[in-house]
Amino acid sequence: MTTIERSDTPHEVVDPAFAEAPKLAATPSSRFTAAAANYIDERTSISAVVKEFGRKIFPDHWSFMLGEVALYSFVVIILTGTFLTFFFQASMAPVIYSGPFVPLKGVEMSSAMDSALKISFEIRGGLLIRQIHHWAALLFIASIGMHMLRIFFTGAFRKPRELNWTIGFLLFILALAEGFTGYSLPDDLLSGNGLRIIDGMVKGIPFVGTWISYLIFGGEFPGQQIVGRLYTLHILLLPAIIVAMIALHLVFVVVHKHTQYAGPGKSNENVIGYPVLPVYAAKAGGFFFIVFGVIALIASFFQINPIWNYGPYDPSPVSAGTQPDWYIGFADGALRLIPPGLESVIWGHTYSWNILIPIVVLGLFISIVALYPLVEGWVTGDKREHHILDRPRNAPTRTAIGAAGVTFYAALWAAASSDLIATHFQLSIEAVIHTIQATAILGPIIAYFIAKRVCLALQKKDREIALHGFESGRIVRLPGGEYIEVHQQVDDYERWRLVTFNEYKPLMIRPNAKGKITQTQRLRARMSRWFFEDRIAPVTKTELERQSHDHH
Amino acid sequence: MARKPAKANRRHPLATVVLIAIGLAFTGGGYALFTSTATAQTDTASSTSQSSVDEGKKLFAANCATCHGMSLEGSTAGPALLGVGAASVDFQVGTGRMPLAMQGPQAMEKPPQFTEEQTQALADYVASLSPGPAIPTDDQLTANGNATNGGELFRINCAMCHNVAGAGGALTEGKFAPSLTGVDSKYIYEAMLTGPQNMPVFNDHNITPEDKRDIITYLKYIQNNDSTGGYDLGNLGPVAEGLFIWIFGIGAVVALTVWLTAKSN
Repeated sequence: MTTIERSDTPHEVVDPAFAEAPKLAATPSSRFTAAAANYIDERTSISAVVKEFGRKIFPDHWSFMLGEVALYSFVVIILTGTFLTFFFQASMAPVIYSGPFVPLKGVEMSSAMDSALKISFEIRGGLLIRQIHHWAALLFIASIGMHMLRIFFTGAFRKPRELNWTIGFLLFILALAEGFTGYSLPDDLLSGNGLRIIDGMVKGIPFVGTWISYLIFGGEFPGQQIVGRLYTLHILLLPAIIVAMIALHLVFVVVHKHTQYAGPGKSNENVIGYPVLPVYAAKAGGFFFIVFGVIALIASFFQINPIWNYGPYDPSPVSAGTQPDWYIGFADGALRLIPPGLESVIWGHTYSWNILIPIVVLGLFISIVALYPLVEGWVTGDKREHHILDRPRNAPTRTAIGAAGVTFYAALWAAASSDLIATHFQLSIEAVIHTIQATAILGPIIAYFIAKRVCLALQKKDREIALHGFESGRIVRLPGGEYIEVHQQVDDYERWRLVTFNEYKPLMIRPNAKGKITQTQRLRARMSRWFFEDRIAPVTKTELERQSHDHH
Repeated sequence: MARKPAKANRRHPLATVVLIAIGLAFTGGGYALFTSTATAQTDTASSTSQSSVDEGKKLFAANCATCHGMSLEGSTAGPALLGVGAASVDFQVGTGRMPLAMQGPQAMEKPPQFTEEQTQALADYVASLSPGPAIPTDDQLTANGNATNGGELFRINCAMCHNVAGAGGALTEGKFAPSLTGVDSKYIYEAMLTGPQNMPVFNDHNITPEDKRDIITYLKYIQNNDSTGGYDLGNLGPVAEGLFIWIFGIGAVVALTVWLTAKSN
């Protein structure tokens, strides 16, 4: 097969609708702006940057703004988090609570819990900031998840963006780490129980588990160290890495230029949309405040993590309804789904399979997520650059794999709330667990086949519409007595959207330079057959022409 | 011993007996009064109205005996009620859990089938046949104890099933620990005392009446004070928060992105 190499990135075209906007006449204030701009430019040569960056084009689509939501939530987290550091004491030194919350008066707790309560009840605005911080964290990771799903299902991770997918994936993992360390800081009963689960998982690793646990906690759990250590990670190391990775992530977005959906005038060689200055900067700036507003609104009216209800951490009580925040739910769910009692003692060492299997399965799952772009690139053998997004239906196998992954994740996620599902729907918790166990294994398979068939059916429908148009519902009787239904042809723009997509065929096994067929080649051919055996070919020009002849 | 001249005796021959009887009555009555107020009250309550016991007996025969037996001995369909006491009857019947609507993993709360007098009559009847914990008195139920102590006891003894905020939780095989929000103090006390359904018994040696009052004080405190920081989403913890952010947070944000990128007409 032949691959076409295109190293040049697409050039950017301003959306004609904007380009036609009238130029503003010079006024005294604009003359002042010009003079000020000139002053700065003569000293910094910034005009080159503004010229380059200000004319960056971003196409407009709602799904392109999900990553922005994540970015803005992160900014909100940094702002509120800074406020919280002014008052939080990351120490596990015991103190006696003497604040205004009556049911905890006189209770011994760590300074961390005491200061978190002080932020909640005594610092002016402290509770609101704490709630904004926590709600923003939930939204941050949720929007990262949505953003990743958008990238995956539209194939935006294809060359040249594979590395940026990996950076984004690392950001997702770092965000989980940030969330978990933050959840553990107040040292209340809930966070302590969360840490205890982590401690149990670490101790479940054969040979080194106990050593690692003692290393992490500075002795036997819970010790006196962990809050201080997590605090350093939470406010220093992890945010620093995240900021650096976000910067890199965005640099790549600029370097690669933004992807766009197929449409009239849009091609792999151009990007059509609005320039950063003035349109996109204004829109994005406004959108930041909208996201901030939504978070602040939620934080004003809805309580989150009422640590005063949980009380200080004490290793003996565990409350019903003890769950991690939603983004760690899938890991908690995996632990709940694994059948109990799976362990064996070999040569005096206990192997807790009920911990090791979930760790391995989750590790595999996130590895597949991280490496998927490389796998798909290798299977398709496609070395071309792709700047036009796929509609999910036009990549049936990828969409089906995504659907299977989402189903698996959703099953683990649901399992983390198995107790609440049981009480709220009046079911037995065993029945809930067994149902979700079956769903976690069979669900992805069923979802795979359903999603693939739905994609192929939608492709067939698109093909039908491109060739024959819509059924108009108007029945006409011909002079000869024959009845026909008049089909309404789609316009050229719409048809372009329907017919523009890549067609892949299964790769042929070919001998290499030495005339041998390697095992890798065979595997690749098998994978390729799996991906592309069932496919609907895009409508070709000849087919369209023949069709239009028939109908005119 | 010295019983010579009858005239010389200033006291009646039975005076000693009477004195001993009075002394015994005082010490015994005082002992009973000071040691077990609860038992004493059962006695007074049941002895005050024999008619109530008779009424209870009729009600029991008509509504309960099918499963629990004519003389509380129980059957394959229901446990024996000997020794459960008035508190247990008052809890089960007063909250509508008994009579059962149907057999299931656990008796469900529903509107009570009997009036307060009828419930009292049933309790009197059951208590009259064998001793057991009595219905707590009002002074045991006042929510003016130590909320801090109550909170600690609640987290250690109750929260693993009922959740730290008393929102309830799941048990095995379809059983569950119900929500404690809005439950009458009397029923909370009786539940601790008698351990209904799958709940363990927390008797007065395990959790003293003062501790029980403290627990009630804590529960009433967190229920009567508005939830700090806004609506509490059912006090269900991170699951409710996660659902909220996915449905309303992401929902609102996506709606706004669609609005922002909509083509102007």
